[in-house]
Amino acid sequence: MRRPVGAALLTAPLLLFLLVTFVAPIGAFLWRGVTDDEVRPVLPRTVVALASWNGTGTPGEEAFAALVEDLRAARSGDRGAIPRAAARLNADRPGFRGLLPMTARRVEAPFEGSARAAVLAISAEWGQPETWGAIARAGGPMSSFHVLAALDLRRDATGAVRQAPEDTRVFRTVLLRSLWISLLVTAVCLALGWPLAWLIATSRGLAATLLLAAVMLPFWISLVVRTAAWMVLLQREGIVNAALQAGGIIETPLPLLMNRFAVVLGMVHILLPFMVLPLVAAFRGLDPRLPRAAASLGAAPWRVFLRVTLPLSLPGVGAGCILVFIQALGFYVTPALLGGPNDQMLAWFVGFYATRSVNWGLAAALSIVLLVAVGLCVALYGRLAGFRRPGAA
Amino acid sequence: MARGILWALGVLVAVFLVAPIVAILPLSFSAGSFLFYPLPGLSLRWYEDFFASPFWLPAFWNSMGIGTAAAALATLLGTPAAFGLWRMTGAFRAVAMGVVLAPMVVPVIVVAVALLLAFGPLGLVATHTGLVIAHAMLGVPFVVVTVLASLEAFDPVQLRAAAACGAGPMRAFFRVCLPQIAPGVAAGAVFAFATSLDEVVVALFVAGPAQRTLPRQMFSGLNDQISLTTTAAAAMLVVMSVLLLLAVAWLQARGRRRLSG
Amino acid sequence: MDRRTILKGALAAAALPAAARAQGRDLTVVSWGGAYQDAQREVYFRPFQQQTRNRLLEETWDGGIGVLRSRIASGANTWDVVQVESEELLIGADEGLFEPLDWAAIGGKDAYIAEAVNDYGVGAILYSFIIAYDRARMAQGPANWADFFDTARFPGKRGMRKGPKTTLEMALMADGVAPAQVYEVLGTPAGVDRAFRKLDSIKADIAWFERGSQPPQWLAAGEVTLTVAYNGRISAANATDGRNFAIVWTNNIFTLDSWVIMKGSPNKAKAVEFLKFVGQPAVQAGLPPKIPYGVTAKGVNERLPAEVLANLPTAPQNIANALQLSDRFWLDNLDRLTQRFNTWVSR
Repeated sequence: MRRPVGAALLTAPLLLFLLVTFVAPIGAFLWRGVTDDEVRPVLPRTVVALASWNGTGTPGEEAFAALVEDLRAARSGDRGAIPRAAARLNADRPGFRGLLPMTARRVEAPFEGSARAAVLAISAEWGQPETWGAIARAGGPMSSFHVLAALDLRRDATGAVRQAPEDTRVFRTVLLRSLWISLLVTAVCLALGWPLAWLIATSRGLAATLLLAAVMLPFWISLVVRTAAWMVLLQREGIVNAALQAGGIIETPLPLLMNRFAVVLGMVHILLPFMVLPLVAAFRGLDPRLPRAAASLGAAPWRVFLRVTLPLSLPGVGAGCILVFIQALGFYVTPALLGGPNDQMLAWFVGFYATRSVNWGLAAALSIVLLVAVGLCVALYGRLAGFRRPGAA
Repeated sequence: MARGILWALGVLVAVFLVAPIVAILPLSFSAGSFLFYPLPGLSLRWYEDFFASPFWLPAFWNSMGIGTAAAALATLLGTPAAFGLWRMTGAFRAVAMGVVLAPMVVPVIVVAVALLLAFGPLGLVATHTGLVIAHAMLGVPFVVVTVLASLEAFDPVQLRAAAACGAGPMRAFFRVCLPQIAPGVAAGAVFAFATSLDEVVVALFVAGPAQRTLPRQMFSGLNDQISLTTTAAAAMLVVMSVLLLLAVAWLQARGRRRLSG
Repeated sequence: MDRRTILKGALAAAALPAAARAQGRDLTVVSWGGAYQDAQREVYFRPFQQQTRNRLLEETWDGGIGVLRSRIASGANTWDVVQVESEELLIGADEGLFEPLDWAAIGGKDAYIAEAVNDYGVGAILYSFIIAYDRARMAQGPANWADFFDTARFPGKRGMRKGPKTTLEMALMADGVAPAQVYEVLGTPAGVDRAFRKLDSIKADIAWFERGSQPPQWLAAGEVTLTVAYNGRISAANATDGRNFAIVWTNNIFTLDSWVIMKGSPNKAKAVEFLKFVGQPAVQAGLPPKIPYGVTAKGVNERLPAEVLANLPTAPQNIANALQLSDRFWLDNLDRLTQRFNTWVSR
């Protein structure tokens, strides 16, 4: 009974630390992906009035009256609220960023007659069901709007889920592309890292030290600089093309930059040490007597490798693969600098929506999609290889 | 024969790892200000800029201090946690593992925005403490994963043996387990340090003018300057790390001699 | 034991500056970094500190209204004066992120060119998106946007800014739309389709840049034959690196960056003093010779040598047929057009 408690106590400081510095902040951020809290504070009565609307035609007089009342109240309150609500509605239906503040200004003065007629006179937009649908969808407090958008889906005014218009569908493709590039990078890292790690683990002396130095050296140089170095090597009049031309292998420069090849190359270069070091640790931990024993019992070298070396080094392989794959999924700078438009990964879009376009809801929703994808991959990995307890009976 | 092929492959991969660095370093001596060959002439202007400008040297020292503190914190928290995780089974372990690995998975840009929002009310934005905490958090998964990997090679029977000899769990850990997994712990600390030394996005958000780090300075150096000071800084980092690696190798060799002598 | 002492020491050292921070802070001015901020330091920041005996801290950022919004929202804002792009000025002013500007205290609205005046910000510089090429590689370059889209006469890659903003305008002008009609056409679905169709015609030859440092680097390295670029970057490459890059000013697209004071700044009085200082024509006239951006105080052009003026977006012959970037249009349409652009570009 004492052992699990002791183990839990050892992990407690770290878990507490991560809870405060990571889980809580990220949780609060991701929460924005499934909530909608920018429109309801500005248009509380409108949201309530729209709850009973079926999404066809225009809503009744009471919704128009509620809108007028809400906008008047908002004009006299926090002045940032209307633009923020308008920005949120604009993400759903373009034009709102101008429409809402303008409507708010125009209804402020008292008027005679029905609110419906007055609001419709300000803009014909208010006669469109989708205009009201956007407000209803943004009513919160919980909302599937951003997550659906991150999957190229949207709801129409009646609440039915539909595909996004074809010319704005992008995220599903990008997600699959991110997974594919990460997988490719992991595979290449494993293929290149294995022989290198094996040599480092099994050699002695200067050669081993030099090889290890070759792995560690890039590690100390900023990722930005290493990415820039690949640009120097791969550009049209760069070193690689110059060498190939001088050698008479090609006549016109090859397009080596701004494509998938450059992205994978750059990412492999940056992530390879993360594969090699765990592999070296695993190989060094191997009892060298075991393969020797197998060999002395008459097993062929490939059989020794397949039946003894490989299974024993699997934990290291697993650690390396997962380190590389997971980091690859989040890559941002390298695809941006070395890739073409078809090579951008999901992280680029998260960054884009978080800082450039300030659509935090969508940024959070895209992060959720990314995290779910990663979680599924890790779970799958856990199934196949597993962080097993050593010698677990 | 097989060994020969292995060596050829290994050397090729090592060349692949080092080539870009070798390619970019001579540019730090360029008299021009763009990243391409042939060099328009030789000069030391970018090195002069590194030492003369009010930004580069302080950034260097900031990076060293923040990286060391972050790596220390990450190692201090991560090593016992890895040990705990190694002894654990079941659902709690899976959840804890998920939490520990998560900082590695979440794109830094998300972490950065989230931290800015969370650190603000706590008064941690634009402080060294805030950046150290953030970088330690980003480095922790590397410590845990590397230490766990080296624990896989550790035989738990030894702990029972230690207990049978009357050692408490703490003593058993420090005297029996830790010495054997020390290379893994050291590798984890190095990873954590390197993570901090290479981190630019969180620094961009959470740091203030007093916490400007080297990668951040390099980033802006390459991004918005017509300047190759970044390559001069990179060159000096390379020389420094080569010296460090040589020192480590020399110390190891000496230690081995003393053991055998 | 040893190790633990070291760790404690490191942690204590890390915690120290937090205590120092609690005291009042100096005026913090945030700009775009690089050669531009170097010039600003020499012309604005240092003289300001010497003449007014105020201390001034510099910061660098690379834009994004989210950064400003989260600084205000988190209550942890440490910036006082920030240089923002025109779109950030509009959004930030709408959302109440900036202090309203006391124009009387900085010389009055009449002292500045009309484009520089806003209730919440004062224009700092005016810059243009132009076409650039390397005369060392191509003697006779393009003359306008139609030429830029002509891959038969000017084969090779061309650099463009990644995003719909400026790109769609350029496509329409290349397709024969007059600058004055660009936003009218772009406001209709057919106009947007027309712009994307025009872009389709050279899609395979476009290299997309995301940072202003990329176009001159690409030109120098022969990666592209033509490129859209910020005018200042190209002139700076010519001046400091001995390049012979040509700038095509025909129908350039210009926009302004502005100084704003962050909401609730404890250094507001010093911030106003700073803006007043950098608004003087005599002070502003020091900037263009160092970096070729147009400045905003009236009466600066007359103080500049003719060869400096010729490279500025504010030179009469350069601004005559230019198009001012419409922030209103992009505020309303950026979400939709960005989505469409991203889909189009990654297909």
